[in-house]
Amino acid sequence: MPSATLLGQSLLSGIFIGGLYGLLGLGLSLSWGYLRLINLAHFALAFLGAYLTYQLAGVAGMHILLAVLIIVPAFFVLGVAMQWLFTRFSVGEFASLLVSFGMTVIIESAIQWLWTADMRKLQLEQGTVSLQVGTLFVPVTEALMFAVAAALSVATWAWLRFTYVGKAMRASAENPEIAAAFGVDHRRLALLLSGVAAAYAGVAGTFVAVIYTLSPAQIFAWMGVVFAVVILGGLGNPLGVLVAGLVIGVSESMTMAVIAPTWAPLVSFTLLILVLVLRPDRI
Amino acid sequence: MKSTRQGVSAALFAAARGFVTALALGVLGLTAAVPAGAAPSGPPIRIGATLALTGPLASTGFVHKIAGEVFVEQINKKDGLLGRPVEWVVLDDQSKPDLTRTLYDRLITADKVDLVVGPYATGPILSAMAVAERHGKMLIHNSFGIPKLAKYDMQFPIYSFGMEPEQTFPNTLLDALAASGKAPGTVAIVTSKFPSVHFLSVGAREVAKKRGLRELLYLEFEFGNRDFGAIAARVRDADPDFLWIGSVGLEGNMLLEALKKLNYSPKIHFHLYPAPAPLALAPEGQNALSLTLFEPHPPFSRFPEAEEFIKLYRERAVKANLAYPEADMQAALQYATWQVLRAAVTATKSLDDKVLAQWIRNNRVDTVLGTLRFSGAGNYGDDLSKVKQVQNGKWVVVWPKEFAAPGVKLLMP
Repeated sequence: MPSATLLGQSLLSGIFIGGLYGLLGLGLSLSWGYLRLINLAHFALAFLGAYLTYQLAGVAGMHILLAVLIIVPAFFVLGVAMQWLFTRFSVGEFASLLVSFGMTVIIESAIQWLWTADMRKLQLEQGTVSLQVGTLFVPVTEALMFAVAAALSVATWAWLRFTYVGKAMRASAENPEIAAAFGVDHRRLALLLSGVAAAYAGVAGTFVAVIYTLSPAQIFAWMGVVFAVVILGGLGNPLGVLVAGLVIGVSESMTMAVIAPTWAPLVSFTLLILVLVLRPDRI
Repeated sequence: MKSTRQGVSAALFAAARGFVTALALGVLGLTAAVPAGAAPSGPPIRIGATLALTGPLASTGFVHKIAGEVFVEQINKKDGLLGRPVEWVVLDDQSKPDLTRTLYDRLITADKVDLVVGPYATGPILSAMAVAERHGKMLIHNSFGIPKLAKYDMQFPIYSFGMEPEQTFPNTLLDALAASGKAPGTVAIVTSKFPSVHFLSVGAREVAKKRGLRELLYLEFEFGNRDFGAIAARVRDADPDFLWIGSVGLEGNMLLEALKKLNYSPKIHFHLYPAPAPLALAPEGQNALSLTLFEPHPPFSRFPEAEEFIKLYRERAVKANLAYPEADMQAALQYATWQVLRAAVTATKSLDDKVLAQWIRNNRVDTVLGTLRFSGAGNYGDDLSKVKQVQNGKWVVVWPKEFAAPGVKLLMP
């Protein structure tokens, strides 16, 4: 029988990895839900953000907050540019999957060209610090990452729900023609949303750099589980993505603690299949 | 929308990825074929291979590429092979066994190379072996992890850890620990299910049991596991004297980092196939143990050509911006591959695969790894594996004593 400490520690671990799933899935969910673009390049952007964090904070010796202040706005602009290209060439939903996959491979190759295929690790003193709470240890970086993921999810939800821009965005996604008749400029909103989604990828990338060792091919390692999170959470639903991330993260972690680690990957996809069978309307 | 996602098959993904990778590499000015230096005289002897230059195995693939280029450059500066220059035709297999199969077919039938040598890693080698067998080509390979699967009689393994490494290597490791005077009494085995790792971990489990170690924990995880938090919590709960981590690449680092966040450091920790740089350079990697056949210090540096190889490899690796520029086991495996090939061609004065295979089977070859033989079952020779340890940010051999770096001994907690 697992000890209470083991279960508690595993629960914490699941919450934190769930936060990262949610953070990685947030931008993807927004662009899929509101722009009807399945943007696989979102993962590549996150890893590009991670490598830039490594370069700025690790190699150039910049403070990590300063690195974030450079990366996030730069990614916003990159996201706007990507959306402009998607619109310019009338890339539809299905085509976006292939086009963004191609962009992912190009970004992966560029990363390998610039940083080589060698593994890179951003060694930060605070990266492995933990706080002890009773018998449990709370890793500070992961806790901060979860807080950021939760704050961004709630803020995005509130933005979409309560602001004029958010309402226009939802109206445009629901029925573009009617929304346009009321003066909603879908193209501008799409540029804004794509910029926000890319900026979120930059934020996620920063945490990936601090927590993980980087190699170009890892871009593809996250796709399956984050897709499951996005679909479970509901397209364009920021709170849903966070909750789905937590459900999958905690389920995986508790499975590892109580049963066996090899069973963990089955959990996310079993949940996904169940949702697709029982609630097909979520997509 | 549902039909959209359902319509995208894995095959389409693979095809698109291959096409776009080729396009991207072309755009970035990279080339997969690596022609070697100037010819001593006559048409070059073309030797084909693939390496994982992109994909998850690329970091080690590049190590092999650099080591092979060092050898080819050196041999072309001298007399070449049979007085002719050597051209190494290297294609990028993207770390994919299926693509490796296609590329070896291409090398043999379309590019019409004279000889082939193996790619990096067990899966791609197995693919290349099948193609070599179909075309009657000899295959010297250097990183094949499951000896029992090497059935082809003209394949020759440079990775000399014997025919039953799952028995011999864990014994070597436990001998080293016992000789330190602080033999562990309990063990936890945490292992990836990656095939070439898993069978060694299972073997280590049996050996540990036979040697009287009490098993506190045995866990398997899937290759590609991202979250080691819960696994770390279980290791900390078990608190073994000795932690065997059946890891590939970064998995060992990830587990150590997760353990550190729980304020726990394993007493003795062994990593099967770690990424050398991240583990050596990470603070928590200090005292980590692993398996090796070569490290760049005496007595290895006194083996034939080793000193020059170590120096040239280091120069190139620094230039290529590798985080760990020392010539370690992987680099030496590639170099030794070429040494064996050169010895066979030089001795037989032939490029005939059957003649070369016959010679290799019947002779011993001095290499940077030591003297290799291929006369045992499955063309395997002796288990030459050694135990290495991270000490002050570098890997050094600590066991057997006669191969330990000068002045170095196994550090135990």
